Amino acid sequence: MNKKSKLFNNERLEITIDRLCHQLLENHKNFHDTVLIGLQPRGIFFLDRIKNKIIKILNKEIKTGILDTTFYRDDFRSKEIPKAKETLIPFLVDDKNVIIIDDVLFTGRTVRSAMDGIMNFGRPKKIELLVLIDRKFSRDIPIEPTYCGMKINTITSDRIEVNLAEQGFKEDNIWILNN
Amino acid sequence: MEKLLKKDLLGIKDLSIEEIDLIFETADRFKEVLQRPIKKVPSLRHMTIANVFFENSTRTKLSFELAQKRLSADIINFSSSASSVKKGESLLDTINNILVMKVDMIVMRHPNPGAPHFVAKNINASVINAGDGTHEHPTQALLDSYTIKEKLGKIKNKKIAIIGDISHSRVAISNIYALKKLGAQIMLCGPSTLIPKHISSLNVLIENNIENALKWCDVANVLRIQLERQGNNNFPSLREYSQYFGINKKLLDKINRDIIIMHPGPINRGVEISSDIADSNNSLILDQVENGVAIRMAIMYLLSLNKLP
Repeated sequence: MNKKSKLFNNERLEITIDRLCHQLLENHKNFHDTVLIGLQPRGIFFLDRIKNKIIKILNKEIKTGILDTTFYRDDFRSKEIPKAKETLIPFLVDDKNVIIIDDVLFTGRTVRSAMDGIMNFGRPKKIELLVLIDRKFSRDIPIEPTYCGMKINTITSDRIEVNLAEQGFKEDNIWILNN
Repeated sequence: MEKLLKKDLLGIKDLSIEEIDLIFETADRFKEVLQRPIKKVPSLRHMTIANVFFENSTRTKLSFELAQKRLSADIINFSSSASSVKKGESLLDTINNILVMKVDMIVMRHPNPGAPHFVAKNINASVINAGDGTHEHPTQALLDSYTIKEKLGKIKNKKIAIIGDISHSRVAISNIYALKKLGAQIMLCGPSTLIPKHISSLNVLIENNIENALKWCDVANVLRIQLERQGNNNFPSLREYSQYFGINKKLLDKINRDIIIMHPGPINRGVEISSDIADSNNSLILDQVENGVAIRMAIMYLLSLNKLP
């Protein structure tokens, strides 16, 4: 039987993103050499929220980009066929601290392909990973988040459903569906 | 729609509007890739592609080859002039010998119309038609349409004149199919001897006066006079052709309209188009070449999705 439990509502999500922003500021101070890269499709919504909060706190613009990993994936023929989405990184990442932002970390394959993609824009000084949800014990490759909103235990057949205001939903809600 | 419906790209005639839109959208993504410091993605690194050219080509072959390299595919090049075809090997034998070396996709140019269709029917690998005689040249038509869309924002209801040697032009036929599907109005202009008799059945306008065509159109796609395909003399001399159908500054000044000039190359400068017009701001000739790589990357990438490892 399907069980659906809520991981985040509006309020909880706001608090968690606030915390993640402050953790980023703690490590990257004025963001002088730091850039944020959101992953398509849903990482870009969290990128926007984090970017807006950090700009408000620092009172200055920061560099951000969006990356679609379709062309770098190792599984793009065996899964449902993804349509490539927009990539927009209007700067070089040479000697920058790059923070990859995504919604859910599962097998780690998306993040691996994202790192490949980012390397095509220069040689970053350092790459960190920020995810809202880390599905523990489900990694195919050894990738761990630097910043994490929530860690959960899942089995492969579980699904995370992300509904955000940016996608046209009335309010933010993130669920886990156990099959 | 997220993938092409067939394993091959043989002509525009078989493509749906949705498929053309998908190719354009994917080409947008690859155009961005081509602006990066490292202009390469690993998407086709598991594939081997053979470029099989039974007829000369500069642009198309280079463009396909570059697109394949940008996609990280392994490639082999074959040209009939330096091959066993000269010793009498049949087309299918040649292709099967290439395929047995584990080739996944074939880009093929052939002087006989229908040759890629014949090959595609007989093999499992994907076949891309890079021009078959006077029949179709689908990748050229797609990059032409993509370039027009990029410049004008849309193709629907735009007026496009295809000027020159329509009879011997696969570019013209594929362009007519593509642009009609995308909602453009088409006018063909050239001497009557170079316009096929029944072409108006494709719902295109016919005009024999270049000035009238230029007054009507938003885009003039100028074709090369294909001397190598013309058996009989279809016009008295190149000089006379140029006088009546060549596009030059004087003519465009007289018309006094902002017209986009395109040409699939190679240009016979001073015959169908004068140098000052080919190099002017109105000319999209080099944009066409640039977009050709992105369009061909998109086509090969999308066809590769149909092939499970």
